[in-house]
Amino acid sequence: MFKVKVYVTLRESVLDPQGKAVTHSLHSLNYPEVSDVRIGKYMELTIEKSERDLDEVINEICSKLLANTVIEDYRYEVEECVPQ
Amino acid sequence: MKFAVIVFPGSNCDVDMYHAIKDELGEQVEYVWHDTDSLDEFDGILLPGGFSYGDYLRTGAIARFSKVMQAVVKAAEAGKPILGVCNGFQILLEVGLLPGAMRRNESLSFICKPVELKVVNNQSMFSSAYKEGETITIPVAHGEGNYYCDEEMLAALKENNQIVFTYQDNPNGSLEDIAGIINEKGNVLGMMPHPERAVDELLGGADGLKLFQSIVRSWREANVVKA
Repeated sequence: MFKVKVYVTLRESVLDPQGKAVTHSLHSLNYPEVSDVRIGKYMELTIEKSERDLDEVINEICSKLLANTVIEDYRYEVEECVPQ
Repeated sequence: MKFAVIVFPGSNCDVDMYHAIKDELGEQVEYVWHDTDSLDEFDGILLPGGFSYGDYLRTGAIARFSKVMQAVVKAAEAGKPILGVCNGFQILLEVGLLPGAMRRNESLSFICKPVELKVVNNQSMFSSAYKEGETITIPVAHGEGNYYCDEEMLAALKENNQIVFTYQDNPNGSLEDIAGIINEKGNVLGMMPHPERAVDELLGGADGLKLFQSIVRSWREANVVKA
């Protein structure tokens, strides 16, 4: 069994209105050193072992549904869990 | 002409769409639930606004995988007119019948007000009853109507005359003031403003009616044999 952590963020080339608003807010809280904030989504998937290649399955899932690749990028981390 | 209004869990402009077709346009219309797999009996397909599947994940992201969407794609390929308004537009983008994607409004606010649109292209089956360059007033009501596509796609949209409506005073940060686009073939229109909410002076304006009249006129010209 695997625990897969998926991070979806807007592409660098796409303006992130939420991130921009939070950056401004941090500046007004007197954190001028924060130059940028990008807001995204974090998802945890539990995936059972199967005959299919895990990376292939995750990439399919991400590009089909979890991310809209027109405006979003995704990356993921895989952790193998040992059932108790 | 017989229209289908597709209803997803969370659609909330389906009744307005139905009213526009039945009472204002005087054409046939039926509600079609999202788990229907055939739209063969319909001549035109309407995807209404709302919050299908609670806008979970992204607007339109879950709805695009509902059974009826395969039938919508099939109807689009057959050349039937498909109109997606607001959430309907977002679903058409997610399913890939129209290019691009929606971002949150630049202001991060939900915007609900009448806006002025310019009819940029009056050659389409959705806009032929308008004059070219005409200014019309149609209400918007959305939190994610900030249209985006890459430069290459934008150039293609312009080249093929696919931008049908633009905002006079951009309310959401949409690229090039884009309010509504058609596909390359010209039979799929997605727009954020709600023409179905502007079909009677009692509602504050009737500028949306010509859009529906355009669809019917184009369909009659193509399908009804002249006596």
